[in-house]
Amino acid sequence: MSDDAVNPEEVRHVAGLARIDLEDSEVDRFAEQFADILAAFETLDEVPEVDRDADLANVMRPDEEHDCLETDRALENAPESEDGYFKGPNVS
Amino acid sequence: MSENIFITDAELAGDDADEGPLAGRTVAVKDNISTEGVRTTCGSRMLEEYVPPYDATVVSRLKDAGATIVGKTNMDEFGMGTTTETSYFGSTDNPAAPGHVPGGSSGGSAAAVAAGEADLALGSDTGGSIRCPAAFCGVVGIKPTYGLVSRYGLVAYANSLEQIGPFGSTVEEAAELLDVIAGPDERDATTRQAPDSNASYAAAADGDVDGLSIGVPTELLEGADEGVVDTFWDALADLEEQGAEYHEVSLPSVEHAVEAYYVIAMSEASSNLARFDGVRYGNSGGYEGNWNDAFGRAREEGFGDEVKRRILLGTYALSAGYHDKYYKKAQDARAWVKQDFDQALSSADVLASPTMPVPPFELGESLDDPMQMYLADANTVPVNLADLPAVSVPAGETDGLPVGLQLIGPAFGEQQVIRAASALD
Repeated sequence: MSDDAVNPEEVRHVAGLARIDLEDSEVDRFAEQFADILAAFETLDEVPEVDRDADLANVMRPDEEHDCLETDRALENAPESEDGYFKGPNVS
Repeated sequence: MSENIFITDAELAGDDADEGPLAGRTVAVKDNISTEGVRTTCGSRMLEEYVPPYDATVVSRLKDAGATIVGKTNMDEFGMGTTTETSYFGSTDNPAAPGHVPGGSSGGSAAAVAAGEADLALGSDTGGSIRCPAAFCGVVGIKPTYGLVSRYGLVAYANSLEQIGPFGSTVEEAAELLDVIAGPDERDATTRQAPDSNASYAAAADGDVDGLSIGVPTELLEGADEGVVDTFWDALADLEEQGAEYHEVSLPSVEHAVEAYYVIAMSEASSNLARFDGVRYGNSGGYEGNWNDAFGRAREEGFGDEVKRRILLGTYALSAGYHDKYYKKAQDARAWVKQDFDQALSSADVLASPTMPVPPFELGESLDDPMQMYLADANTVPVNLADLPAVSVPAGETDGLPVGLQLIGPAFGEQQVIRAASALD
């Protein structure tokens, strides 16, 4: 279909960027499906350049202190927490 | 409950259960809309145990209006699907067409109304996720103008496209729910005051289409199932008999709408779903190795196939060297679609098309071919790209399967589409 068919290495690279581990079988299946989908996306080449003058206004508010979520409520859904902090995996 | 409509049953009584505009009414809420103290899974294993510490604005407004929330409805995982079959919690049967899908992604919400499990329901519509299940389940669904309804507390999939909207058995009932949830919210800076915000949407459901001008975009009939097209024309004839007139219009840009929609939606999804790393909430990847290892594991386990596919394709479309080729062109297509709708709506009050080009698929038939599945959204995604309001209203049946008619209006023209749709109630 597409001239630049997606190879499994590209799928692995993108999965790495997106922080999603994949099984080898998933990599092969996605590579096949992505070739089809990206071929469809390439038809966007036919779209002319369009002047995009959206009529939008910025929404501002006063920079005032207000109530926010309490620490213990914010931690309720965390798989692990310690001393009022979220506990994450090692950074390196 | 054999249909698997709800992921979580609930019984949340409203604050003003005797007097509010929705007093005595039951409402089912899609499971990507936050409910304080009631788990909100988005149909995903990632959030199987997530219990929001706050209510979405629309949920607060439901409670203030006296409605009783009866459960959180099944949905395609994170809203990504057209059949509700990508849910981690299994598929939902279509009460109006047993053995068939209810449509998606808000399939459980449409099914709840169709089965009488709730009087009304809330869904969300990113590319047709309210209108498709409304059409497939033979109920009414409204996708509001972008900015009419607050998205605060809606778990984001593609936030430049999505809106929360109502389902009902009739246009008037759905419009009553819209009256309750519409209006600006300081917690969602994209909300806007509708120009005629004092007008009631429910009052617009008066069935008066005398003199109404309907544009029919020819591109949205091409390739549609024959039975669906026949049912569509029968419904238009019905409107014509009631005093409406129709003429054909052309939207050449919609040929690229599905591709543009998926590039934009997947790109936004890849960014929005980056938050699910299993640290603050959601499925944990444990603590072995460094954070990249742990996040990769958490997301491999927590996400299903369709979600992975969209995150990966979105990441690809935004990655160095491809941004201009895909994302920028998709934004051009989006602007073009908007221009086309503006032009078509300058010569018509509303536009009409079949909501879905096909009748409901059989359960499990759902294609292994994702691109084929995406093409089923051809008639609904252009509306999201253009930020416009649209209603899906039952038009009849083909071979015993429900067919929906979609009516599209100008920005903040909810009254017009509600009035037109109510003539088919």
